[in-house]
Amino acid sequence: MNLVQRCCAAIIGSVPEPLIEARQVEKFYDQPSENRIQVIAPLDLAIYPNEILTLLGPSGSGKSTLLRILTGLSSASAGQVLWHGSPVNGPCENVSIVFQSFALFPWLTVLENVEAPLKARGVSEAGRASRSFRMLDSVGLDGFENAYPKELSGGMRQRVGFARALVVEPEVLFMDEPFSALDVLTAENLRSELLELWEDKKMPTRAVFIVTHNIEEAVLLGDRIVVLGKNPGRIRTDFHVDLPRPRDRKHPRFTKIVDYIYKVLTKPDGDPELTLSGPAAQDARAKYPMLPHARTGGIAGFLEILADHNGREDVYRMADLLSFEIDDLLPIVEGAALLGFVKVTEGDVEMTPEGLEFANAPILRQKELFRNAALEHVALLKQIKRALESKSDHTLPDDFFHDILDEHFTEEETIRQLETAINWGRYAELFDHDSERKRFFIPEETPTEAQNVEVGTET
Amino acid sequence: MTVPGLARSLIKDRTWNFFMDAIVFAGLFAVAYAVVAVARYWFSTPVAAVEISLSPAAIPRYAFYSLVRMTVAYLLSLGFAIGYGYLAAYNKRVEGPMLAVLDILQSIPVLSFLPGVMLAMVSLFPSRQLGVEFGSIVLIFTGQVWNMAFSFYASLKALPRELVEASRVYRFSNLQRFLQLELPQGAIGLVWNSMVSVAGGWFFLMACEMFVLGKRDFRLPGLGSYLQSAASAGDTVAITWGIAAMIGVVVLIDQLVWRPAIAWSDKFKLEQVESSSSHSSPVLNLFRKSPLLTQLRDKVTTPFMERVYLSASRRTTEVKAEPSKWQKGFVILAGIIALLLILHGVFQGLLVMRGITRADLVTTVESAGATFLRVLAALVIASAWTIPAGVAIGFNPRLARIAQPVAQIAASVPATALFPVLLLGLVSLGGGLNTGSILLMLLGTQWYILFNVIAGAIAIPSEFREVADIFRFSRIDRWRTVILPAIFPYLITGLVTASGGAWNASIVAEYFHFKGQVLSTFGLGAEISSATDSGNFALLLLSTIVMATLVVSVNRLVWRPLYRRAETRYRLEA
Repeated sequence: MNLVQRCCAAIIGSVPEPLIEARQVEKFYDQPSENRIQVIAPLDLAIYPNEILTLLGPSGSGKSTLLRILTGLSSASAGQVLWHGSPVNGPCENVSIVFQSFALFPWLTVLENVEAPLKARGVSEAGRASRSFRMLDSVGLDGFENAYPKELSGGMRQRVGFARALVVEPEVLFMDEPFSALDVLTAENLRSELLELWEDKKMPTRAVFIVTHNIEEAVLLGDRIVVLGKNPGRIRTDFHVDLPRPRDRKHPRFTKIVDYIYKVLTKPDGDPELTLSGPAAQDARAKYPMLPHARTGGIAGFLEILADHNGREDVYRMADLLSFEIDDLLPIVEGAALLGFVKVTEGDVEMTPEGLEFANAPILRQKELFRNAALEHVALLKQIKRALESKSDHTLPDDFFHDILDEHFTEEETIRQLETAINWGRYAELFDHDSERKRFFIPEETPTEAQNVEVGTET
Repeated sequence: MTVPGLARSLIKDRTWNFFMDAIVFAGLFAVAYAVVAVARYWFSTPVAAVEISLSPAAIPRYAFYSLVRMTVAYLLSLGFAIGYGYLAAYNKRVEGPMLAVLDILQSIPVLSFLPGVMLAMVSLFPSRQLGVEFGSIVLIFTGQVWNMAFSFYASLKALPRELVEASRVYRFSNLQRFLQLELPQGAIGLVWNSMVSVAGGWFFLMACEMFVLGKRDFRLPGLGSYLQSAASAGDTVAITWGIAAMIGVVVLIDQLVWRPAIAWSDKFKLEQVESSSSHSSPVLNLFRKSPLLTQLRDKVTTPFMERVYLSASRRTTEVKAEPSKWQKGFVILAGIIALLLILHGVFQGLLVMRGITRADLVTTVESAGATFLRVLAALVIASAWTIPAGVAIGFNPRLARIAQPVAQIAASVPATALFPVLLLGLVSLGGGLNTGSILLMLLGTQWYILFNVIAGAIAIPSEFREVADIFRFSRIDRWRTVILPAIFPYLITGLVTASGGAWNASIVAEYFHFKGQVLSTFGLGAEISSATDSGNFALLLLSTIVMATLVVSVNRLVWRPLYRRAETRYRLEA
């Protein structure tokens, strides 16, 4: 992509110098054994002046990690980050971050919060005050200088976050899911104000880098959109958006772009057609299969709704209908696909006959279908069940499975994998888990109870 | 200014502030005099056994001396706690050992260090009163510093990640980071732990103001020695005055220091939403209104801090370098020296303990058993009345409003101050110290359980109680399925603190100088005290080690598993 960009620029006549450039940057955690856990596969990414770059990706694609590497907050395991062509060591000189949780100091007033970065740069008291007031004015916070963050609404707090970030006149403004902790209306309002500041050149920054998991937000804001895939994180597509601003969500080209991104995201990992960085696709294959973090109730509900839509629907339309963000919907779709209940093609989900049967079955039959599908398709559940059965007392400690997964996933992910496995395993009645003794076990059969339940559901 | 009402209210405001200024000014003057007086006293030639006057007129002076000791010890503890917590939180290599040291030192009975510390300090300043004074200050320091250090360490570890990142990306200097991020984050924990620590400090101060060490009789002028002398003399009037003064001092400190500190630290809560319950303190409001203090801040503190920030910001522009070989070598060398010192200490200690006979060993183990049973009894008795009482208070807001302040005052009076008085009662009733010492232990420890149970009962969601009402739970079921599980984590916290306190109290409770004679019973605490008295350092060392081992292993084997269970199974939030 970079190559294409450079070519185009060369034809036009000016080669834009990147402000920040990542070269073959990757992040991994070394394990004691041969295996290493790859969080981000080697990738190249550059931020150029005069652009809003939105970085989009599902959870677990390492987008926040990438932001922290680009800002110099954390270091890459390999590769290099260049700031105006020279390597970065520690936090960059002149960047700011707007945080998802705002990260305001609750014991400082609005003004003190905004002044804090100037204080760190040794700006005199008078200079601090005038610059801070000017910034507070431009984000619409005049009159709130002496309030404490906890006295403000979420939207107001994020305005303070903007003012604090902009007051140091950063060359690149980084934003880590800046609107995701806000309600829909407030987020919309802040987004359009951000764009207004940017369009009117009121922002003292040369580029903006926004991390988001909201597809519409990415298309609304970005001059350029980079989509990350997960496991490990890598660039799946990187393209420019040439829609005029303000952008209209209903505009056919807008929806086309959104639909395209959904296609990219739901395409199975490692599909060479859409992955522009070639070598990364290789890594994805020999991996331990990962359970999507979907609750069984979510999968069942999704299948039932899908059945009402004649068993076939656009993922984008489904997300819109349920007002889900991709982080909510994708794991459910992946889970249903893993179980063989649906097939995903070109951004559409389509039910399989098994899925249809599941959606129309009564609850106990659903569990049975789920159990069969799980034993057929889900490696981890199969593995747990087999291991438990091989023991005479049908019980094993958490640590046993933890150690197996540990080789393939980060600590955090291992715990989530086990949690999901417990949820699925309980629903399928494959095994149970004692959280106090931290053991998996296969419960004794209690046939009478099961019959009672059956009678109960049939009446 | 033509509105008369407004003008008048301004005048009123003004005069009130002038009044406040006058108080602040007088206060500063008094402090200046106090410093001079203390200095003169400290550098006077030592009088080991000061004659304690039992006249009530002497009480203010004694209270003042006790207060000075407390304040110095507390300030030392605060500084040390912050430094220790900081070092442990940011230095991966020393974090483990430092936490282990913290854990063990927390459970060691401070009073058994009394003789060692005193002798060392006296020989350090042989010709000045300072030595004995410093001894008592160091003892109080060792009694109160550890939980503060741990609290600061824990709050540094709990810093929200994004706040830390904000301070890094905005290039805060170390100083700005400390003042705007780390200290505020730790403030609430430090204030609450300071309160607990100082209460513990009073406990030890009362005990170490008057003690016998071999042939030497140490007596420091203070409230503790006043009370002990009064009890020895059986002077009821003096005792009454002494206890009244004690309660007065404790209540005054509570109102003038801790309430304002708590109200002030409210602003450091890491919450994003304003909570409905907040603390308030009229005294703090007065301080905030004082024009003199405002002037001081605007004219002196702010410009000074401005300069400091400026110079700090210049220094941080350089990139942090990797620790050089030289530094690494230094760390290793320091570690080796520390290890050698420890080995030397152990060797010397073993040399001292050579004189211990098999009989000594047997007695020590037996007495440890006796004290263990007493501690157990004290905990059982304390739980038996505090759990029902605490739950009743927690469930009934009206009762809580009356009972809580009363209980707080009762709890803040150091048990050691009341020991002599209680003994007087015990002796006249003809009871021995065998069961009496349990009573004395109770006195100091039951409050921890009570307060925690009240807090736990208040935290029970009313839905739980409504469920119990709707399904007509029997009284037993109500306790078994609702109340006890819900207060369990709080109860454990209270019991841990109480058990530590009871062990410590045993040293003063099982052995007592009274009316010129020694009252004692069979127990580990008595053994430590009598070894102190007779200067038998071998036995003192042995019994101290036994007690420390006992406390640490009870913590590890009983309380910690229970605590973990409370954290996982009985937590109210899912």
